Amino acid sequence: MPIIRRLARALGLILVLFYALPAAAQDISGALAKLAADSYADTAAAVVDLAGSGHPRAAVIVAALQDGRLEFDRASKAVVLRTASGVVDAATGAAIAPVPGSLSPVRVNNRVRTALAAAMGALTLMSPDPAKRREAADAVFKSRDQAALPTLEAAIAKEADGRIRAALQAARAAVILTRPDASDDARVDAAGSIRERGDQDAVALLRSLPSDTPKRVRDAAETAAKAVETDLALWSSAQNALYGVSLGSVLLLAAIGLAITFGVMGIINMAHGEMVMLGAYTTFVVQELIRTRMPGLFDWSLAIALPLAFLVSGGVGVLIERTIIRFLYGRPLETLLATWGLSLILQQAVRTVFGANNREVGAPSFMSGSIEFGPLAITWGRLWIVVFALAVFLGLILVLKKTPAGLQMRAVTQNRAMASAMGIRTPFVDALTFGLGCGIAGIAGVALSQIDNVSPNLGQSYIIDSFMVVVFGGVGNLWGTLVGALTLGVVNKFLEPFAGAVLGKILVLVFIILFIQKRPRGLFALKGRAVDA
Amino acid sequence: MIGHFLFRGLDRGVVVALTVILAIGVLVPAANLLLPPGHPLHVPTYLVTLFGKYATYATLALALDLVWGYCGILSLGHGAFFALGGYAMGMYLMRQIGSRGVYGNPLLPDFMVFLNWKELPWYWLGFDRFGFAALMVVLVPGLLAFVFGWFAFRSRVTGVYLSIITQALTYALLLAFFRNDMGFGGNNGLTDFKDIVGFPVQAAGTRAALFFLSCLLVAASLLLAAGIVKSKFGKVLIAIRDAESRTRFIGYRVATYKTVVFTVSGVLAGLAGALYVPQVGIINPSEFAPANSIEAVIWVAVGGRGTLTGAIVGAVAVNWGKTWFTGALPEFWLFALGGLFVVVTLFLPKGIVGTIAEIRAKRTAAAAAAPKPAPAE
Repeated sequence: MPIIRRLARALGLILVLFYALPAAAQDISGALAKLAADSYADTAAAVVDLAGSGHPRAAVIVAALQDGRLEFDRASKAVVLRTASGVVDAATGAAIAPVPGSLSPVRVNNRVRTALAAAMGALTLMSPDPAKRREAADAVFKSRDQAALPTLEAAIAKEADGRIRAALQAARAAVILTRPDASDDARVDAAGSIRERGDQDAVALLRSLPSDTPKRVRDAAETAAKAVETDLALWSSAQNALYGVSLGSVLLLAAIGLAITFGVMGIINMAHGEMVMLGAYTTFVVQELIRTRMPGLFDWSLAIALPLAFLVSGGVGVLIERTIIRFLYGRPLETLLATWGLSLILQQAVRTVFGANNREVGAPSFMSGSIEFGPLAITWGRLWIVVFALAVFLGLILVLKKTPAGLQMRAVTQNRAMASAMGIRTPFVDALTFGLGCGIAGIAGVALSQIDNVSPNLGQSYIIDSFMVVVFGGVGNLWGTLVGALTLGVVNKFLEPFAGAVLGKILVLVFIILFIQKRPRGLFALKGRAVDA
Repeated sequence: MIGHFLFRGLDRGVVVALTVILAIGVLVPAANLLLPPGHPLHVPTYLVTLFGKYATYATLALALDLVWGYCGILSLGHGAFFALGGYAMGMYLMRQIGSRGVYGNPLLPDFMVFLNWKELPWYWLGFDRFGFAALMVVLVPGLLAFVFGWFAFRSRVTGVYLSIITQALTYALLLAFFRNDMGFGGNNGLTDFKDIVGFPVQAAGTRAALFFLSCLLVAASLLLAAGIVKSKFGKVLIAIRDAESRTRFIGYRVATYKTVVFTVSGVLAGLAGALYVPQVGIINPSEFAPANSIEAVIWVAVGGRGTLTGAIVGAVAVNWGKTWFTGALPEFWLFALGGLFVVVTLFLPKGIVGTIAEIRAKRTAAAAAAPKPAPAE
């Protein structure tokens, strides 16, 4: 295709000029004059000029020519664009009124169309917008358009962004690999470059070579495809692990309060999920107040909601402990039923106050968006929840191990009578411990409001999972809860690709049921005298 | 010996309950079918169906009371057995629709045609025969209860751990039955039934017969449970409830006892579910919801656990309340139900029947104790 070659040479030349003399190259008056000359050869040359000009209006003019909206005034030789509302000057975009009477369209033939297609590709490949450049490179990678090769090479030479450069090089390699008249060496090299791209499209391309391809090229392509597949498998494992940790941290957040009330105190609190829900609704109320009163504080809304959620849920927890649970110590099954009743009451109360519909809880700016590791994209929200869950966990460990209140809590759960004899007010500590567990559930609610629907049923979806985590990890052991939550999260995500989300969850439940048969006291069972107490 | 058991071995309360249940089972259908609609004692068909539903709930409560009240096993997953029995019956009823479905496929139920299935899955085979379906109603819940109990009780999973894994069991089944590819109609479940053993499901006569059968099932379950509780086997169950380790050390195989009673209870729950479905006209996965199973526990708690008649009283009373509340004050029903959980556990741990029995026992004791000082004078 000699035209293409010529075009490419012209393009290359213009690009060099463009680098050397940007101010001069930006001038498109010459190209416009050629467009107004009403000859196919001049029009094609003008298109090439425009493509290389780097002028901000170049893409608009070329697109208009493609759509047949580019016109010129036979009298003044002015080139104009026809738009929905009238005509505008091609070079400046300024509206022209009144519309000149002697306008006629710039005509195109197949030669001009070919030039136009190449110019459009070049203009997007060299568009000032990086996202567009990347998109264009990917499009060429998929279409393997042989005609785009010269433009690609020009674009590679010019590209400054490393990622887009890689995408351009992959596109160039794709073109060379599928080009029967390229040398074997070049094609083997190309297979190597495509391997760098490392995604499913690359595998598809490497495997799609026709059977008349020389064996050396085919082998190279096959090796590259295998390597890419290994990479992909690794990345997908990494993704599963990452999503698993994310799910695990959600489970950890939901279960960690339960690890205190159930694990440490032995209270079966079926209203635990509702404490999470109260925390989420506290976030909602805080955000509503901020939205209406002081919108500037919105990014701080979660930070403000955290202590409030702790106080609300913790307060309700203390109230429940003082009015109901303290009469039921030593009767775990009755506690279970009473707290289940409480959970129904709390759900209905929230439904009465806030309505049954989902409530909108917004994300502050630092939690929106995502970051990329290789082919993986992780939203900041998820990442913050992982960090937050670990922070809450460590904070709780510190409270229990390093503060006097924590010391008293542990003393009361280990030996109530002795603690009482040492002057610890055991009823007070009971209420405090239960309040702490519920308050942490409230904090979890603030975080979960970011990833889940805030509705009266929010808590119910977590209660069974939370119990599973605590029982699996081992009752009375916070570290067991951490390990249990992360294990269940990761196992769940690794099962999902094979079994689907629902079946994966069922399998995990069945696994836990079987696991409890084997180790009725969980992963990290307490040993010794405290076990049956 | 059976005669001895029937007339001497039973509590007066159980005998009274049996009589009342059977009387209702005969009188209500009679009042529905024989009396004209304008008659003051006429019972409309919707009430017959409603009472029939209560009767199946009462059987479920009895089954639960047998394991919880007498053996200390708090199952939060009895709804699973109930629903499995219901699904087995529902599958039979689906096969009876035949070519009268929306798509008119003689073999496949509508939802399978809708999902573009070409043939019947193997586990649907045989359900066109009532005998086979009836067998499955007993076998499927019974087998699940047996296998689950076998594993759980042998590894000595007790107390709240057992409660939590029974809840996990029914939750797992809930998720499973929601899946369309399971072949049980997904979240719509099975519905649009036409015939049961040749009689139209909607007809008043069929409803009356189903009601009578439900009452018969309650009575039979009560008799069976009373027999179990009175027997030596039942005494061991109570011993396990009160002191499991001690019973084991004496030499009883605790796990075997528990597994047997759990299986019997699962079968009863399954039978109740099988009678529930044709009366309600639908079975869907929400019957597996953990909340349903816990609600059944509160029926037993309200009536009085460890008293067989209490389970029946509790199931009927709570569901009557539910029907009334959801009609008159729908938004307050959950407050009432939640409050019931709290109040019963705090103030009425023995339930209605248990508390009445206690008061009566105290009065008798007081009456026996009071005259004593008199002769001393």
